[in-house]
Amino acid sequence: MARKIRVLIAKPGLDGHDRGAKVIARALRDAGMEVIYTGIRQTPEQIANAAIQEDVDVVGLSSLSGAHNNLFPKVVQILRDKKAEDILVFGGGIIPVDDIPGLKKAGIREIFQPGASTEDIIKYIHRNVQLE
Amino acid sequence: MGIAQRILEGDIRAASRLMRDIDDRMPSALEPLKELYPKTGRAYIIGITGPPGSGKSTIVDKMVDIFRKEGKTVGIVAVDPTSPFTGGAILGDRIRMQRHATDEGVFIRSLATRGCLGGLTRSTQDIINVMDAMGKDIILVETVGVGQDEVEIVNTAHTSIVILVPGLGDDIQAIKAGIIEIGDLFVINKCDREGADKMERDLRMVLEMGRKREDGWEPPIFKTEAILGKGIFELVYGIYRHKQALEQNQALEKKLRERTKTTFLEILETEVMAHFIEKMEKEGQWDKIIEDLMNRRIDPYSVAEKVMAEELKKH
Ligand code: B12
Ligand SMILES: Nc1nc2c(ncn2[C@@H]2O[C@H](COP(=O)(O)OP(=O)(O)O)[C@@H](O)[C@H]2O)c(=O)[nH]1
Ligand SMILES: [Mg+2]
Repeated sequence: MARKIRVLIAKPGLDGHDRGAKVIARALRDAGMEVIYTGIRQTPEQIANAAIQEDVDVVGLSSLSGAHNNLFPKVVQILRDKKAEDILVFGGGIIPVDDIPGLKKAGIREIFQPGASTEDIIKYIHRNVQLE
Repeated sequence: MGIAQRILEGDIRAASRLMRDIDDRMPSALEPLKELYPKTGRAYIIGITGPPGSGKSTIVDKMVDIFRKEGKTVGIVAVDPTSPFTGGAILGDRIRMQRHATDEGVFIRSLATRGCLGGLTRSTQDIINVMDAMGKDIILVETVGVGQDEVEIVNTAHTSIVILVPGLGDDIQAIKAGIIEIGDLFVINKCDREGADKMERDLRMVLEMGRKREDGWEPPIFKTEAILGKGIFELVYGIYRHKQALEQNQALEKKLRERTKTTFLEILETEVMAHFIEKMEKEGQWDKIIEDLMNRRIDPYSVAEKVMAEELKKH
């Protein structure tokens, strides 16, 4: 039996805009992936622990409230502390272009902005996740 | 250090990776499972079933509070359905339980059915074993909750809880089929809604009309309002009472023996089947047998006897 890609879609911080996250979750499910959705208002610790317990390949962070510069890197840092740096972290939402280089430097591998096609997001995951 | 050893020493990543390998049916999962088996059998396993949206995840979340206050560690297996069209799944049970994500005494794993009927996954028993070996005192198993034939949970759990809600098309008739036999305990959740008392009366009647259980246990009914945590304490103590009753009349021993037998037979069956299929394929017989069966040149009973006889001659 073939491996299945597992993804955690999470919304860090107090941001309640969950439409985008749900759109992504559904699109990934329709692409045959197993998507764990943890709902809104998650701390970086909750997200990292869930990612480890669920043994996901990818963590997708969604933020529209402007707190991404603070919260996204924290998730990456906690995963590193827990020796789970192999889990790919990427994200999307309302994120100014100027913030993207800083986020990438902090270990967030890719950012998708409003209007991003779900097809591109699915392709991105397939390109970057190799299941043995 | 081997995977099993790492798990026994508390390595969370090793445990969750093994669960992945089990779920993906990787042959490599077998060795660690063998090593862990002697360390299992300690945990008390509680099954939670009931229709989608009845509050299973919320009830699990609230029960965890009580178990943790008592100093018990908890493992949770939460099953959601795989889409038959895409093979993908959205696993959303965690939404209600994420409060516990930072508690080291709690480990939550979401699973997708991957085509398995009966409310659980093929991997559930083995994943429970891993949590058991991790030292979890209590393991809560939340079933999918779609069909009414979620009987699998009975073979898996020591105590099975059926959750119902008032106003579910208000026909107790629907409940009668299948799900009633499953419950050691019944819960009417969402008692803030109208119709809870009527539901309780109806359910009591159905339970009293049903035939007496062999073990003499009379399933109690609990009324809860899970989002506010109302009635959960009583429910947990109901579980303890059931556990005690099981232990007193040797029913637990019987149940465990039954479960051990089924699990072993399932593993043996898989093993034997795999052996025969591989053999027939290797000898190039497989396609021919199917073809001959299709054309009614042979019958399946004789072929099965013949294959078996040849196998026995070899030894
Ligand atoms: C709908 C909406 C709401 C709805 C939210 C409904 C819901 N449940 O989601 C409601 C009315 C509740 C709302 C409330 C508020 N909103 Co509002 N809202 C919007 C609006 C108009 C659209 C957002 C949306 O749903 N888009 C559709 C989805 C599908 O797109 P998306 O989320 O961007 O997702 C896409 C990509 O970003 C990407 N993506 C997103 N997440 C992820 C994750 C991963 C892993 C990946 C790969 C990709 C990805 O892929 C998606 C598909 O292309 C935006 C404006 C805008 N144009 O974006 C403002 C906006 C986000 N809201 C805003 C504000 C300020 C608020 C309020 C604070 C307003 C107030 N003062 O009360 C509240 C706060 C609510 C809260 N609790 O957080 C601001 C945020 C400003 C900022 N960031 O600095 C915005 C930008 C409007 C603005 N221009 O000022 N809002
Ligand atoms: N009104 C009411 N809603 C509840 C109660 N318990 C749970 N819910 C809600 O019912 C919905 C489904 O709950 P969930 O636990 O996810 O159900 P599950 O699908 O059976 O796991 C959620 O929105 C809960 O908040 C309750 O006692 N009363
Ligand atoms: Mg649920």
